[in-house]
Amino acid sequence: MVKLNEHDGSIISVQDVNFYYGASKALTDINMSFKKNQVTALIGPSGCGKSTLLRLLNRMNDLIDGTRVEGRVYFEGKNIYDPHVDPVDIRRKIGMVFQKPNPFPKSIFNNIIYGPTLSGAGSRSDLSALVEKSLKQSVLWDEVKDILNQSAMRLSGGQQQRLCIARALAMNPDILLMDEPTSALDPISTAKIEELIDELKKDYTIIIVTHNMQQAARVSDETGFFYLGKLIEYNQTAKIFTKPDLKQTEDYITGRFG
Amino acid sequence: MTGITRTTKEKIIKAFFFIIAATSVIILGLIILSLFREAWPIFRATSMKDFLFGTEWYPTYDPPSFGIWPLIVGSLIVTVCSTLIAVPIGVLSAIYISELAHPRAKEILKPVIELLAGLPSVVLGFFGMVVLAPWLQDTFDLPTGLNIVNASLMLAIMAIPTISSISEDALYSVPREFKEASYALGATKYETIVRVIVPAALSGVSTAVILGMSRAIGETMVVLMVAGGAAAVPESLFDSVRPMPASIAAEMGETPFRSDHYHALFAIAVVLFFLTLAFNLIADYVSHKFREEGSATL
Amino acid sequence: MKSGNLRWRYIKQFLFFGLVKLAVALIALALGGILLYLLMQGYSAISWDFLTKPPTDAMTKGGIMPAIIGTFYLMVGSIAVSLPLGVASAVYLSEYSKKSRTLRIIRIGINCLAGVPSIVFGLFGLGLFVVYLKFGSSILAGSLTLGILILPTIIGASEEALKGVPQTFREASLALGVSKWQTIYHIVLPNALPGILTGSILGIGRAAGETAPIMFTAAAFFTARLPASIFDEVMALPYHIYVLATAGTRIEETRPLQYGTALVLIALVLGINFVAILFRSYTRRRKSW
Repeated sequence: MVKLNEHDGSIISVQDVNFYYGASKALTDINMSFKKNQVTALIGPSGCGKSTLLRLLNRMNDLIDGTRVEGRVYFEGKNIYDPHVDPVDIRRKIGMVFQKPNPFPKSIFNNIIYGPTLSGAGSRSDLSALVEKSLKQSVLWDEVKDILNQSAMRLSGGQQQRLCIARALAMNPDILLMDEPTSALDPISTAKIEELIDELKKDYTIIIVTHNMQQAARVSDETGFFYLGKLIEYNQTAKIFTKPDLKQTEDYITGRFG
Repeated sequence: MTGITRTTKEKIIKAFFFIIAATSVIILGLIILSLFREAWPIFRATSMKDFLFGTEWYPTYDPPSFGIWPLIVGSLIVTVCSTLIAVPIGVLSAIYISELAHPRAKEILKPVIELLAGLPSVVLGFFGMVVLAPWLQDTFDLPTGLNIVNASLMLAIMAIPTISSISEDALYSVPREFKEASYALGATKYETIVRVIVPAALSGVSTAVILGMSRAIGETMVVLMVAGGAAAVPESLFDSVRPMPASIAAEMGETPFRSDHYHALFAIAVVLFFLTLAFNLIADYVSHKFREEGSATL
Repeated sequence: MKSGNLRWRYIKQFLFFGLVKLAVALIALALGGILLYLLMQGYSAISWDFLTKPPTDAMTKGGIMPAIIGTFYLMVGSIAVSLPLGVASAVYLSEYSKKSRTLRIIRIGINCLAGVPSIVFGLFGLGLFVVYLKFGSSILAGSLTLGILILPTIIGASEEALKGVPQTFREASLALGVSKWQTIYHIVLPNALPGILTGSILGIGRAAGETAPIMFTAAAFFTARLPASIFDEVMALPYHIYVLATAGTRIEETRPLQYGTALVLIALVLGINFVAILFRSYTRRRKSW
């Protein structure tokens, strides 16, 4: 079972985090806890730091040269920025879905087993079962079950994104990070993925960055509003979208700026 | 407008540029034509089969014999050996530059490799002849240091920058998204390189390898100066060989105009031309096939 | 089980990265070693007289001035042949051509031309320019041969430069009612000029270092006097190295001359390439789009 952080019972929590790209500061004094089996949305105008925070949670920002993190991120009771922690280990448990669908130029089947095989998963039949399970979870199975050996590049954009979700789920992660997962998709595919998110929260904790406020309102339980690298307000979604505590949040939600 | 309309003028301009662009194809045709024109008469003196598969190349004897099999073997063996040396080193160094090097180191390494690709082959031939050959001869106690090993090493040094540079371009152009996806699934850097980046760049890397081989098989000065020039099928890697380009370069200056020997040398050039043409068409095919298929199932 | 698996994965990574670094070290060692050795050996032969005097005493003494001049003529001649042809071809490929079978044939033709071995260019030049067109072994025949040899390089670089000009520039110009050719001439070509120049310089460097194509089309074993017209033979640096090292009188004694000539050729070719690369990074940094 997933171990929760002792101090607040959350699955992952961010404490006093500052983040820099070279000399410019992208995040300031972020404190935030994410609850298990909930969907948390991060919203805010472009460049407000919401994607930066998301990528910080599985150390994807490590891949960009010249970045620096201050503060702590607790996951399973450990600070993932502790020098002894291996980002590879973290990323196995915290999966990610990107803005643009990014399947590998491999077959559908091989896309999904890529992660599990590398971390030493079992036999071919186990893998087949895993592929089926993951694709069913991402509601793609019926569309692709007969073409598992075809290149993933031939799928439509929406299908590719669901494949990427399935690929992340195949690692059986504790948390799924989604960075504007529907921004490159058509409305129908978007609707499918939103439904999917609702299904998935039974088994996973989901943190989603979105540009689209209706989407945040539709899919999330909690919402954090970011502005200029700061967490302005963090509350239940229902509250944020009806009666936010702060005027600034209300202005953004109602479209007066941003 | 004086006389001709603007659209006519534009059409004339377009036709002009088309004709210029077609000159490359025309030149290629002229190369084939002029090679064949000068090569053809040799087949009055010998048969195609004896020419290609004859094992005796004695063009100046009386009667002469024009068997180029030893020359073909010589070309192939130095090409294969140099490829075996150059491909791993070239591709691995490309991986270093593209994936491991610090951005600032990369900024220096990339142009340096490019610079070295321009090193004149006569200089490498010269080095192989005056430095490597005596060393090989002394170290391994050989009758001559001008042999397959020497030629392969110098050819490999010549081909490495080409292979490295083209492979690096291919590796570098692998979309960032693939790398991110792989890391996000908990793959290590090594696994990401070997299982995602290299497969995705495979067509570019294979193109680099084929072009490197094509360069090695057609290279003249290195093999002319360091392969030793023995027109016999070699029995060991320390034997001398006489690859096709070396034979042409060494003998063309000393043969009477339009003698049988002269025609035979042109016929060797025809063989060489089609051999490299095949390499290039394969390279072209590989790079196009993968591009259009979107690198299907790897 | 998990941590053991991960440790093994890191061991593999460590070994692989070691191999990768070894490859880079080998390249640095081999190429750096060769350059350094030639530099040290050739350095003492270089003097003002070496660069400005012709060879004397059956090429066992004296300088290499005629070879430097000859190589210079061949460089100028080959770029004069290939630049107009190359840029015009690139204009067609980048601005006028539509995806078609003809285009595919032209592209294959250019790729194949790029892969033709240099000795085959030499024989082609011999057959067509020297013999058939009766130019004899001359600057003209050598320049034409080398020009064709570097044509694919020039086309490739020019096309890339033309493609790099933003489409919005063309659209803006065409939207003002300017004809296509005027747009190309006034907007596209000027903006592509730096890239075209870089490619041309690289092409010149290649032409300067080639030996096999000029062996039978231009290069003379020895001429003390300088060429009077484009129908004269010339000495050239790369061929001079080959001749001194393999066919000269007293090969061992003239080693210093050989090293000196090699060093001059390396300095020339790498210098030209270096200028091209510098120029490219300078214009890239200055580029405003």
